[in-house]
Amino acid sequence: MTEAIVEVKGIGKTYDSGVEALRDVNLSFPKGQLSTLLGPSGCGKTTLLKIIAGLLPRNAGQVLVKGKPVDGPGPERAFVFQDFALLPWASVLRNVAFGLELRGEPKEKREEVARKYIAEVGLKGFEHRYPAQLSGGMRQRVGLARALTVDADIILMDEPFSSVDEQTRRKFQEDLLDLLRHHQKTVIFVTHSIEEAAYLSDQIALLSPRPGRVSKIVRPNVDHSRSPDEIRRDRGYLDTVDEIWGMLRQYV
Amino acid sequence: MKTLLSLVVWFVLWEIAGRLKLSTIVPPFSAVIEAMFEIAPTEKFGKAAIITLRSFGLGMGLALVVGIPLGIVMARVKGIGRLLGMWVNIFVSAPISALVPILMAVLGIGETTVVVTVFLFAVFVITLDTQVGITHADRSLVEMARSFGAKRHQLYTKVLVLSALPEILAGVRLGAIRGVKGVVIGQLLVAIIGVGELFEVYSNNFLMEEFWALVLIVFLFAFAISEAIAALERRVEYYAASR
Repeated sequence: MTEAIVEVKGIGKTYDSGVEALRDVNLSFPKGQLSTLLGPSGCGKTTLLKIIAGLLPRNAGQVLVKGKPVDGPGPERAFVFQDFALLPWASVLRNVAFGLELRGEPKEKREEVARKYIAEVGLKGFEHRYPAQLSGGMRQRVGLARALTVDADIILMDEPFSSVDEQTRRKFQEDLLDLLRHHQKTVIFVTHSIEEAAYLSDQIALLSPRPGRVSKIVRPNVDHSRSPDEIRRDRGYLDTVDEIWGMLRQYV
Repeated sequence: MKTLLSLVVWFVLWEIAGRLKLSTIVPPFSAVIEAMFEIAPTEKFGKAAIITLRSFGLGMGLALVVGIPLGIVMARVKGIGRLLGMWVNIFVSAPISALVPILMAVLGIGETTVVVTVFLFAVFVITLDTQVGITHADRSLVEMARSFGAKRHQLYTKVLVLSALPEILAGVRLGAIRGVKGVVIGQLLVAIIGVGELFEVYSNNFLMEEFWALVLIVFLFAFAISEAIAALERRVEYYAASR
C-alpha cells in the first residue's frame, strides 16, 4: 500500500448541543489516491472532512498531514465546498485567484495561474463573468479551479456534486478523474452517493451514524484507466456498489 | 414619469392657492422659485450653506467612522453585541431632537453642537444596519476564506464588509437622511448659525417666499444625497440578489 499523506487518529467530536458526531475515528488516506467518506446523512462525514481541513475544532484525537500534526487550515490542503462558496461580487478570474490573493501574490502572477486552471476546468472565455451568471455545474468548476490554483497536494471535497444536476454531474465526474490523475492530487471526497463513491474512489470509508465511526473500508476493484462507460458496466464496479449497499442498508 | 406628473399637479395647486391669497404664509409657487434664484447667489446664503454643509459633512463622517466599525464589532463579538444592542435599538427610535438643548448646555451654542446632533441622528441606524449585514454574511464564505489561509484583517476587508455592503449602504442612506434633519434641527435650536439662522430670519420677518425657497433647497439637498447613495446601492444590488 502507498504511504499515507493524511492520517486521523482517535478523532472524537461532540457539538455544543451535546450531539456526539464522531467517536474514535481512525483512518489513513493514501498519497495520490481518491478516498471517499461515505455514509447516510448524520454520520458526521462532513464534520470529519472539516476537522481534517482544520475548519472545525475536535474534542479528541489527532490529524496528521505528511506525518505532522495540524491544528488549522494549511496551504497543503484546499477545500471545495458543497455550496461553492464563491464571492458573488467577484469575477470568475478573481474568485479562482482568491486563494493566491490571500497569500499576497501579485495580481499579474496570480491571474496568470488562475487563467491556466480556468482553462483546465473548461471555463475558458468565462473569466469575466460573475457567479450569478453561471450554472451550478460551472460554479463548482470555479470552486475546483480555485482549489487547484493554490497548488495544494490534498484536495478536500464536500459533496461537490450535490447541487449539480444529473447530466452535468456525470461529465463533471469524468473531468474530475482526468484532472486529478493528471495533477497527481490526493483527494478526500465526501458523498452520500454509492455509485459516485464506487465510480471515483480508490478507497471508500463507510461511516456508521450517531456517533460516526468507521464501520468498513472498501477498496473497489475498478480499473480507473478504462473509459467511463466501460467502468459503469464493469463487474468490479457493480460488485462494489452491491457490497456497499448491503452494508448501508441496516442504517437506512 | 408618474412622480413628475404628481409633482406638477401639486405645484399647480400650490400656485393657485398662493394666487388666491388663502393664507399669508402660502405665497404662489412661482414666487418661491423666484426667491430661490434670488437668495441662492447671495453671500449670506453662501456662508450659511458652507457652515451647514460643513456641519453635516463632519457629523456624517464621524457617524460613518464610528457607526460602521461599531456595527462590525457588535456583530462579531457576541458580548459587546448584547451589551450595546439594547441601547442602539433604543436610540435608533428615540427622539434625538429632545437631546439638543442638553447638548447645547454642555457643548455651547455653536457648530460643535450641530455636528454632534448630526452624528447622533445618523450613527445609530448605520450601526444597526451594519450589524445586521455582518451577522447575516454568508458563513460559508467566511469558512472558505479561512480554509485558504485568510488572516484576520483579510477576513474583514475581503469578505465580511463586502458581503454586508448592501445593508451597510442602506444604513448610510437612512443615516444621511436623518443627518439632514439633524443639521436643520440642530441649527434651528441653536439658532444662530447656518441655514437655521436664515430660517429664523425669514420666518421672524415674515419673508415667506424666501422661507419656502430655503425649505425647497434643503429638501432638494436631502433628496439628492439619498438618491446618490441609492444609485450606489443599485450597483451592488445585482450581487446582493444573488447571495
